[in-house]
Amino acid sequence: MDNRQELNRNLAQMLKGGVIMDVTTPEQAKIAETAGACAVMALERIPADIRAAGGVSRMSDPAMIKGIQSAVSIPVMAKCRIGHIAEARILEAIEIDYIDESEVLSPADDVRHIDKNKFNVPFVCGARDLGEALRRIGEGATMIRTKGEPGTGDVVQAVRHMRKMQSEIRHIVSLREDELYEAAKELAAPLDLVKFVHENGRLPVVNFAAGGVATPADAALMMELGAEGVFVGSGIFKSGDPAKRAAAIVQAVTNWQDSKLLAKLSENLGPAMVGINADEIETIMEERGK
Amino acid sequence: MTVGVLAVQGAFAEMEAYWRAQGAETFEIRQRHDLDRTMDLLALPGGESTVQGKLVKDLGLFNPLTELIDGGVRVFATCAGLILLAGKIEDAGARDGTRPEMWFGALPVAVRRNAYGRQLGSFMTVGAFDGKSRVPMTFIRAPSITAILSPEVEVLSEFNGHPTSVRWRNITAFTWHPELSNCRVAACAVVDSPRTKTALQRTKQDQSLAGSG
Repeated sequence: MDNRQELNRNLAQMLKGGVIMDVTTPEQAKIAETAGACAVMALERIPADIRAAGGVSRMSDPAMIKGIQSAVSIPVMAKCRIGHIAEARILEAIEIDYIDESEVLSPADDVRHIDKNKFNVPFVCGARDLGEALRRIGEGATMIRTKGEPGTGDVVQAVRHMRKMQSEIRHIVSLREDELYEAAKELAAPLDLVKFVHENGRLPVVNFAAGGVATPADAALMMELGAEGVFVGSGIFKSGDPAKRAAAIVQAVTNWQDSKLLAKLSENLGPAMVGINADEIETIMEERGK
Repeated sequence: MTVGVLAVQGAFAEMEAYWRAQGAETFEIRQRHDLDRTMDLLALPGGESTVQGKLVKDLGLFNPLTELIDGGVRVFATCAGLILLAGKIEDAGARDGTRPEMWFGALPVAVRRNAYGRQLGSFMTVGAFDGKSRVPMTFIRAPSITAILSPEVEVLSEFNGHPTSVRWRNITAFTWHPELSNCRVAACAVVDSPRTKTALQRTKQDQSLAGSG
């Protein structure tokens, strides 16, 4: 592994135990930073609005991203379309701190992901299971998040993906060494990464939860299930009192084991995002890119 | 030796693993009652200083931690931990004209956050540290120490003419991450002081007593 890969994995380690929040304006970015976000995701429309608007969803305007970069001191992330090498190059050129090659946007390539090893800038990618996570890491992703089902406010898919990943990790750990070859074949994942999981009982990179987290309790649930931090997309700025909700989710991630504190944090947050039941939606973003 | 690791956000698991590798016992500090335990050393890990600083205040940790630090407990701080300790924060980040927040203010140095730029400016190097040569150093969106504010501050390493680690009274602080490369000499810079040596010996005696029982 070269230095760049290691440095990029290291940055994700610094984000652990934190909350990464979707923001669409410098003002929202400031609110997120003040509330304790460890990074912000700059995008023109949050997933709930992307769903509502329909059509093709692309990388955000670099001018808009730069506005957010100059508003805050925490890391700024931005999304490019799956397989869109040029969008990724543009985000690298404006010195983004992390690129999310994201299923939330319309995929540019319906088969391949970007060869992220060719970039100096780090990438986070979504995954629904261990095979998908290891394929992305093989391509050079230095951070993984569950896909969940973005823009729904329904945490069920994030739970499904995190549980699946963790149980597959436990399974790989339990195997004999000579069974790893077949396991790698079944997972369609690089053998060396399967061996790493076998030896260490975890992914070789930091693993966050994303997709449908809307309350402090949702965030605590994801930490309980093994997430090392959470992304909150539509959940904050689609709610009644974004600043208060954001700060409560930040504290919930730190003290997810303290249910008395969680009870206090959950009080009087105002209306949560209304949400859509994940079974009732037509566009299934988690199916994008495998 | 027992190390209390501030575990509100960031790479606290790495910090715990690092100190366990040096033979210490560790516990996590997330809330006020965690400080009921006694410690020989307080470790402040890397992460985002704004987040850690806010949580330290929101969770009621600010005053008791300030008392501990000012009271002379050994402190080992990396990156964000150094920023929380700095006596002055000169920040390029405060573009809207507001003054960046200061936290414990216990260490007489001035720091600038994200001094090497964004993540593309993160780097690894090898340099001299506390009289040892060729020590690997990892800088992640690192701050830099822009000024030393007391003649008592001892500079342990430098990069491009700026101090990158310092020792002052009970505090040893780094702009880089010794815990990421399991850099033993960094722990020694704290532990080899007479006071922590005694604490280490005490733990060893306890362990051998427990073993013989």
